[in-house]
Amino acid sequence: MTRRIVSIGLAAVAALALAACAGTGGAGGGPGAAGGAGAGAGGGAQSYGAGGSGSIQGQGMGGAQQNPLEQRTIYFAFDSSAIEAKYRPIIAAHAANLVAHPNESVTLEGNTDERGSAEYNLALGERRAEAVKQMMLVQGVAPAQIRTISFGKERPVCTAHDEACWKLNRRVDIVYSKQ
Amino acid sequence: MGILRRYVVALLLLCAVSPVWAGLTIQITRGVAGAVPIAVVPFSWSGPTPAPPQDIGAIVAADLARSGRFAPLADKDLVAHPTAPDQVKLQNWRVLGVNDLVIGSVRVLPSGRYQVEVYLYDVYQPPAQAQLLGQRFVVAPAQLRRTAHRISDMIFKQLTGLPGAFDTRIAYVTMSGTGKVHRYALKVADSDGYDPRTVLESPEPIMSPAWSPHGRRLAYVSFEHGRPEVYIQDLATGARKLVASFSGLNSAPAWSPNGKELALTLSRRGNPEIYTLNLETGKFHRVTHNPAIDTSAVWTPDGRNLVFTSDRGGGPQIYEVPAAGGPVTRLTFDGSYNAAPAVSPDGQRIAMVHGQGGGYRIAVLDLKSGLFQVLTDGPLDDSPSFAPNGQMILYSAQYQGRRVLATVTVDGRAGQRLSSQQGDVQSPAWGPYRK
Repeated sequence: MTRRIVSIGLAAVAALALAACAGTGGAGGGPGAAGGAGAGAGGGAQSYGAGGSGSIQGQGMGGAQQNPLEQRTIYFAFDSSAIEAKYRPIIAAHAANLVAHPNESVTLEGNTDERGSAEYNLALGERRAEAVKQMMLVQGVAPAQIRTISFGKERPVCTAHDEACWKLNRRVDIVYSKQ
Repeated sequence: MGILRRYVVALLLLCAVSPVWAGLTIQITRGVAGAVPIAVVPFSWSGPTPAPPQDIGAIVAADLARSGRFAPLADKDLVAHPTAPDQVKLQNWRVLGVNDLVIGSVRVLPSGRYQVEVYLYDVYQPPAQAQLLGQRFVVAPAQLRRTAHRISDMIFKQLTGLPGAFDTRIAYVTMSGTGKVHRYALKVADSDGYDPRTVLESPEPIMSPAWSPHGRRLAYVSFEHGRPEVYIQDLATGARKLVASFSGLNSAPAWSPNGKELALTLSRRGNPEIYTLNLETGKFHRVTHNPAIDTSAVWTPDGRNLVFTSDRGGGPQIYEVPAAGGPVTRLTFDGSYNAAPAVSPDGQRIAMVHGQGGGYRIAVLDLKSGLFQVLTDGPLDDSPSFAPNGQMILYSAQYQGRRVLATVTVDGRAGQRLSSQQGDVQSPAWGPYRK
């Protein structure tokens, strides 16, 4: 129940932030504002193939179903790669799924907000992806099932220049791929 | 028929020339208080077209203004328009309060080449000693802009005693596109943003271009294989080589002053560390050993040390380490965020991205005096890079929702913005002197 409330709350916050972001993007004309925002909404636009596994269902934009496997984005505080407690159940669910389906694999894509040095942010994005990877490895996922990559600040899902956007960009996306 | 042919040729010329104007446009963003007034008279022109292909006088005036040290008079304030030594009346210019006068001419020779003459006067000297420079160039049409920048360099050197850095090039990355479709391009242009040439295009991010010491090659990071890898590309031939492609990060390349080594960041052992790569042997040498982030290494001019960003103290700060490995020294203590160091050509200053009160600005630390000075206004400045004469810093900034390039003088007095008509411009790197 607690998890459900937290998740819905997050979805609501994200939706609000995205609405604000899309508005600004439209006016300011930053590249990718609208499209990026769509992709960022709970990872709905990510394709995840699910090669042979029926365990993962596609999802829409809504937050009605709160299967933790449908949460594919972990968010971070500024200049931090520490995983907040509320995201641990989500990572645990993906880890359990990967253990149960050894033929599936994920790419953990680390990202940062636009503030500060591009090169430092590239390293910070990598550290975020590595932090999620370590948590999955501890739970028994085979190293070969996990790939990490950092895009630093080069791949924002939201392109306005405020905290509402920045917090959506400080993230690790869990991207399933066929193996 | 003759008219038609001329028309077609003119059209073709327009086509050939137009990419030049698709470059970066300059706006002065910070005043010229304390700049020395100088008169640059429009150069005379003798040739078959109504106007010369390049306005040499205007290019020189813009260069001098960009340096922050000179304030060229507006055309309307010029009291006379001499273009040759016998037309100069020094007292005319003293009345205007200018110290120096630049005049010159451009003519087409029968060979089709252009002859450019330039003269520089100190108007307060007696006539016999007033002429400080007199120079004639004979160049191909394509060399006219470069000739103008060389003239600016000569004038700057004559009047300040410092070498000019106008006849240099810059590298940068442009980004355009929307949604999930992006186009990235690595470009090289003149220091004033003109004549951009595309070096690499990719649908995936390109980052961190770094010039080789002689300006013949660029090292950079490309995500074209879906992850960051380091390439070296020859600018004359376009030939390129993948030099670092380990698992994890391959990023932040920087050439050693002798051009034989590359410093870079690798996370092949799971954590971002500084390495050097010997470009002759292909051997990597690990420099840092710390569980924190270590990245953005640049060389000191003597080639002995690397200055880099690390968050080993909590937040990112600037550190120094011998390039061969050894004890690490912390250099910055002002504020909680200092990253992306650039070392001045004389090794006396370090420019960096300085986070303060939610904004990110370019700051400079003077290593001798310890003076720490914030030069820019932010809010999202990044990637500082020194001009080869150490007098200006090129960086990327946020302006009206887009990434643009900007320059600021090392004393923070004068600044300009170089923006593209559309899309974003980032990751600038100022190239070395041209031979």
